[in-house]
Amino acid sequence: MGYWRAAAAFFGLHAALILMAFPAIAQTVVKIGLINSYTGFVAEAADQAQKAIDLYLKEHERDLPPGVKLELIRRDDTSNPEVGKRLAQELITREHVQLLTGIVLSPVAAAVAPLTAEAKVPLLISIAAAGVAIPRMSPYVARVTVTLWQLGYPIGKWAAEQGWKTGYTAVSDFIPGHDSEAAFTKGFTYGGGQIIGTVRFPPNNPDFAPFAQRIRDARPDLAFLWVPSGPQGTAMIKAVHDLGVRQAGTQIISTQDLLPDEELPNMGDAPLGIITSGTYSVAGERPANTAFLTAWKREYADKAIPNFLSVDAWDGMAAIFDLIKGTKGNFTADEAMGFFKDWKNPDSPRGPIMIDPETRDIVQNVYIRRLARQSGRLANIEIATIPMVKDPWKELNPVK
Amino acid sequence: MTSRLVDGFARRHRYSVLEALPWLAAFAGYFVFPSYLALGAQILATILFALSADLVLGYAGIVTLGHAAFFGTGAYTAGILAANGWGEPITGLLAAAAAAGLLGLVSGLVVLRTTGLSLLMQTLVVATMVAEAANKASFITGGDDGLQGMEVWPIFGWLRFDLFGRTAYLYCLIVVLLCWWMARRIVHSPFGRSLTGIRENVRRMHAIGAPVSRRRLLIYTISAVLAGISGALIAQTTQFVSLSFLSLERSGTVLIMLIIGGVGRLYGAFIGVPLYMIAQDRFSTVQPVYWYFWIGLLMVVIVVFARGGLLGLFDRFRR
Amino acid sequence: MSETLSAIISIGFHGLAFAIVLYLISVGLSVTMGMMGFVNLAHGVFAMAGGYLLTGFMRHFGVPFLPALFATAVAAALASIPIERLLYRRLYGGDELDQVLLTMGLIFIATAGATYIWGPVQQPLQPPAWLSGEINVGFRHFPAYRSFLILCGAALVTALWLGLERTAFGARVRAAVDNLRMAQSVGINTSRLFMTTFALGSGLAALGGGLGADLLAISPSYALQYLAYFLIVVAVGGLGSIRGPFVAALLLGIADTGFKYLLPEFGAFFIYALTMAILLWRPRGLFGRA
Repeated sequence: MGYWRAAAAFFGLHAALILMAFPAIAQTVVKIGLINSYTGFVAEAADQAQKAIDLYLKEHERDLPPGVKLELIRRDDTSNPEVGKRLAQELITREHVQLLTGIVLSPVAAAVAPLTAEAKVPLLISIAAAGVAIPRMSPYVARVTVTLWQLGYPIGKWAAEQGWKTGYTAVSDFIPGHDSEAAFTKGFTYGGGQIIGTVRFPPNNPDFAPFAQRIRDARPDLAFLWVPSGPQGTAMIKAVHDLGVRQAGTQIISTQDLLPDEELPNMGDAPLGIITSGTYSVAGERPANTAFLTAWKREYADKAIPNFLSVDAWDGMAAIFDLIKGTKGNFTADEAMGFFKDWKNPDSPRGPIMIDPETRDIVQNVYIRRLARQSGRLANIEIATIPMVKDPWKELNPVK
Repeated sequence: MTSRLVDGFARRHRYSVLEALPWLAAFAGYFVFPSYLALGAQILATILFALSADLVLGYAGIVTLGHAAFFGTGAYTAGILAANGWGEPITGLLAAAAAAGLLGLVSGLVVLRTTGLSLLMQTLVVATMVAEAANKASFITGGDDGLQGMEVWPIFGWLRFDLFGRTAYLYCLIVVLLCWWMARRIVHSPFGRSLTGIRENVRRMHAIGAPVSRRRLLIYTISAVLAGISGALIAQTTQFVSLSFLSLERSGTVLIMLIIGGVGRLYGAFIGVPLYMIAQDRFSTVQPVYWYFWIGLLMVVIVVFARGGLLGLFDRFRR
Repeated sequence: MSETLSAIISIGFHGLAFAIVLYLISVGLSVTMGMMGFVNLAHGVFAMAGGYLLTGFMRHFGVPFLPALFATAVAAALASIPIERLLYRRLYGGDELDQVLLTMGLIFIATAGATYIWGPVQQPLQPPAWLSGEINVGFRHFPAYRSFLILCGAALVTALWLGLERTAFGARVRAAVDNLRMAQSVGINTSRLFMTTFALGSGLAALGGGLGADLLAISPSYALQYLAYFLIVVAVGGLGSIRGPFVAALLLGIADTGFKYLLPEFGAFFIYALTMAILLWRPRGLFGRA
């Protein structure tokens, strides 16, 4: 009798152990490193993106294949490129991540890119880092955000086609500003326009009155402005408004960085009528956007308004989820890059998007928007669409 | 009686066993924390930076908000060399030291004519102008995007800078050790002690005929050299330089790390820097807003309760 | 009217507005630094608080503009008193580095606090309806809000100067700045004087920050971002002086605006070079005590 009981216990114990081990064997954990700039001068941008990432995870966690879990490891690059590089190094060698994502600042992306080639770990840039040449720095970098030329060139061309003849550019005196200026100038002159003057202002400039005065002096048909997102944008809008540049007959044109959706409620009437190029507006009318906004409001109510950075991060998560679903969580770096090169998403809140297999960069609609009041609130109303724009800089500067 | 005085002096300036401790710990760290070597290398280089700031701040009493100018100049020198074909690390380091030292000498001639708030402002102005220049010269420095294409050759031809940071760590450790030893000798020399005199009572020093301005300029230049070396170390081990190396934030942060550890004691850097950097590494992802709050609170608490930084507190306990 | 003259007037006007904001914020710093010998890097925190308080009063409590301004100044002045008594007081005449560490710590705490309470988004100022738009002075238009800023600032500056010259309080302040020990031996209660002066300086800074929210945007990183400007005004003007910072602010405001208009590629360089030159010529500032 005791012998049977012992045998039953023996087999039972082993059975239990095997059953317990089963989920562990069948469970695949996909580790992804998220590098964001939680502290430092772009903390606001980081926050906008993080909210979207958290929301996507919450809404779509159940979409993962059975037995596959996603572990997202967050790291703060403190807006410093050498910290970002070290964090990428640690994520690769210590945490053994299969993929890196995130990144707000171009210099951080530039610092991390060489590591992806050396360690063969893919990087999917999903927040900002809009420097045009970044995907060329390593065959393991893909981007779903935007490039500076994608925003500057199409609106330059569109503006010339609308009949505006003379233009003036006013940008911040550092690389993103220079790139935007070059992109707009190229597009505008291609369309038949003429740039009659340019000005560049110091990167951390508080008051734009003297520059607005110069624009007014030149009396151009339109003025293309570019400043980094945030307090400088508001200061620029105020200066242009106070110096009556629009009243003097000049149309103000810029990119979505000047009028981010989350700042609109605080801007008053000064920016009305400004035309910008952008990849996403909260006022964009499509079912995917309505669904996105509904989910956002459900989670964040009035505490936050999404902007283009949020949608970038949202789409980045969508791409990663698609990769995981397609490979059941098991992929090498080359397989991941192969997947991203063919990735398309017709249902993004910003419209149809895809990654260009040749450049590994984003291809998306670029919308021309005018700032107006809609239902009592300021919104970037889409007035024209330039469909499926590939990065113009890479088109004009092919790899030799 | 004289021999007793001399003995006392020798005792104070002799190397004690305690001083070897941080270095032993650092060497051990190579084996005990193999996956933290990249962070370790950056901590070591930053310790050197803070050490260089301690020389002017703690020993000569020159309060500066622009030390990042020397750090960044060293970094860009080493970086530009490596990005344009000359990636030999040690000569790159020496070139960086020379460039930073030159900047220190030239700016020191202008800046050190004054004291107090004026001096502080001048250092700030110099640093801002250097940062502006680096931004404008983006065709060499890479501007806002950062310096790309740096290729640092293996040390002595066979120690390659690898992904795990092993070479980087040992490289930084040895360079910082040598620089620390140099700094220690300076501080304990008659020149070093005259600096304390200059800091405490300038008029007396003038009265006894000490060449005050020359000494201040000398220590300022030496400090710039060390800061330049620390910048070059970070540039070479991360193979990247950006404008953030020249920022006001960098100057301010090194000051804070040093003051937390304790100024004027040569070891404040060894305590303040790892504490700050490790805490930031651990906590800034948890809740970034809280990071600023708690470090701010720590700073206020240190000033109110632990004057002289953590080393000062330690001293008080010993007594 | 000719283009150049119009441009000059415009530059002068906007430079003046910028200068007034800088002055209102920096004058308190100059006096407390000159009197207490205290390096208060956290002075910008009061200006930032002023901006947040003003926008808060107006938006969340619906207080009209002028009473909100008054409330902001008073609130900031009162809030500064416990900070001065509990923290700053310990470090008077002490080591500069301790003061730097303390005030930097306060800046960090304030930055974190502002981010936590109001979020990282900036708080723009919505001027009241009667101050929006433009004023037509016949030959030109001027933005109404900035005109108000200049007039209001000028009034405050005049009141300040008169107060310093004509009142007993002003006399005590001047005495303490000139020679602290002498003032003490004459029977002036310097401890209470410090407290009052500090409160006054902080209240003015808050006023400057609130009024100037148009020019220097209110965000959690305000205190660090504009620190360099305030320090330049005080250093160039001269510690302890209240006329000095005015001249320095005018110089900075108008010269900066002017340089950026005429030679925008070098915009920022000139102002720094000018600062350096002035400090070399007059290390104590233009009006500093020798």
